[in-house]
Parts: sequence; C-alpha cells; structure tokens
Amino acid sequence: MNPLRNHKSYLAAIGHRVSGIALALFLPFHFLLLGSALDGAQGLDRFLVYTDLTPVKVAEWGLVMMLSVHLFFGIRVLFLEFTRWPGHVNDLAGWVVPCCIAALFVGTVFVIQVL
Amino acid sequence: MNKIKRETQELTVRVWRGKEDGKLVTYQVMSRENQTILDIITEIQRFQEPGLAYRFACRVGVCGSCAMTVNGRPRWTCRTHVKKVSHEGVLTIEPLRNLPRIKDLVCDLAPFIDTWQRAGAPFSGTKTRNDAPALVDPESSTRRAAEAGLQCINCAVCYSACDVVSWNRNYIGPAGLNRAWTLINDIRHSDRKQTFDQAFGDGGCGSCHSHGNCTRHCPIELNPSESIAGLKRVAFKGLPKDV
Repeated sequence: MNPLRNHKSYLAAIGHRVSGIALALFLPFHFLLLGSALDGAQGLDRFLVYTDLTPVKVAEWGLVMMLSVHLFFGIRVLFLEFTRWPGHVNDLAGWVVPCCIAALFVGTVFVIQVL
Repeated sequence: MNKIKRETQELTVRVWRGKEDGKLVTYQVMSRENQTILDIITEIQRFQEPGLAYRFACRVGVCGSCAMTVNGRPRWTCRTHVKKVSHEGVLTIEPLRNLPRIKDLVCDLAPFIDTWQRAGAPFSGTKTRNDAPALVDPESSTRRAAEAGLQCINCAVCYSACDVVSWNRNYIGPAGLNRAWTLINDIRHSDRKQTFDQAFGDGGCGSCHSHGNCTRHCPIELNPSESIAGLKRVAFKGLPKDV
C-alpha cells in the first residue's frame, strides 16, 4: 500500500466518502418508495413484500452499516475541524477503531431485530 | 568489531534519474554509523554519478530546499537519518510528488510557490515607517494562533504528502493555507477579510479532506491541518478577535 495512505485517518476519510456516495445513490430510491405511499397503502405494500427476501435484508443491513459508518466518521470530522487540543490530529486517528466498532454494534442490533 | 562490520556493509540505493519518463537507477553506497539521506545523495553525486541533479543549501534543516521522496514518503533529507527510514538496507529516493520534475531529484517549485499568492498570503501593513511599531500582545489568542504556524520553511513536504493536491491541482494546499491562517491572525495585516476570501474560495480550505498527511509529515512539526480547520471555523464564526 502507498505509505502516504497507510494510516487510520485515510481509512476514515475513504470510509466516510464511500458510505456517503452509497447513501447518495440509495436515498433517491428510498424517498421514491416512501413517496409511493402518498397515493395509498397499496403502492407501498407492493414494494414492501420484497423486504422479506434474504438478499433485500442483507442489502438493508448494508445500508444501515453505511449510515452508521457515515454518522460516526462524520462526528469524527466535526471534532477534527471544530475543536482544538494539542496533537488532536493523531488523537482523532485513534477514534477510527471505536467508530468502526460503534458502526458494527448498530449493524448487529439491526441484524438481531430482523432475525 | 561491530563498528568494522557496519562500515563494510553496503546500502542499496535506488535513485530516480531523468524527468517524468525517467527510471530508478541502483547504486551501492557504504553504510556508516551516522548518515543522512542527503549524505547518501552527495556521495553518489561525488563518487559515482557526477551528472546527478539534486537541490540543497543549508544542510541543517533551515532552508527547506533538500526535500525529496524517500521510500514513498516526502522528507527533508538533510535531517533524515538512513537508519530511521531504510528497509533492510534498501532506499528508494525520488523527487517530490505533485510537482513537475526538472531533472533527477530536482522538481519545479513554481506551482507550490504560486499557491501562496492564491491563498492571499502577501502581507500588507497598515502603518508606514514613520509610525510607531504596532503593539502585539504575545499572549493574545490571535498571536498564539499565528505563532503556531509561522515557522514554515517552505520545503513543500506537506504539498507533496497531500492526496487532495494529487487529485485536484487547483487546491491551494496545506502550506499556502497555513500561511493564510497566520495572516488572518496577524492584527497588523491590512486586509484579513480579503485573505480569508481567497483562502476560502475556489480550491481553498473547503477542499481539504482532513487526512492529516500534512501534519504527519511536516518536518518541523507544524500543524497545517489545524490551520485549515481554523480557516473553516472562520466561515462559521467570522474573523478571529484579538483576545
């Protein structure tokens, strides 16, 4: 790996960006689906039957993970840019693993709820 | 015995020769107890490859002219000891990333220097030589913020380390933005708002992804990430007040 990218902050930045792009691609479809309920329950129900399919559940889990990864890495960026303390760039690199663990926790809760 | 053994060991040094379309050429150099990367380059140039082009001046970490890429990372070569960076006796030395290559280890610093202008970095005072010197409280928050970024030696290591610069050549880069931050905190500067507008404009501080490579690689341990974050905070809070 390129030595300039072999550090936690880079992984956090890429994780934040990739999850953000994935959400940007997903959210229009999500709102389109929700919007179908405006014309009555039947429109939305036609799509909701697919949520019982295993591939759709896995995809939903992926989306929940993307959301939580984006949230926790986003909080890290906000701390990085809006707070000050000595050495905080390196300190906040130490947040990357806890952020990943927090995102995994959210994903696990989702899996338990679905199962 | 150990000393004799060490001095008979050789380092394998791969050095970039040519311009963009050049290649790495391998040299063998004697390994010594105290040896910097600049020592290695100088030894190759003096005893093996007189045509090798490289840049240096002070040799003591003040002028910032000897920066190169060593084993994939930008470093000031006059203060980088071989023992700290060699991997099993192998060194790969290339010119700085993100800058046009002129020859061998020398690159054109003009794009880097230009970023200072684009960051609104020239100082313009409000007083003339006939006025009394401005009184600057060394304990004020603005002065302490400026002080933290003032010692930049313009080595371009941060510019070379920055991924955003490699993706977007329009990005001003860490050194220029750090300079803009010191000026915004300089109460003697006549147009702090103009400096901020330039530093926040196209290719400015908003393009920073906060990877922190600039801070990790700054040889004199400045914190350009914090300076850029300071500029972003100005967008929300307004120009810093002198307290």
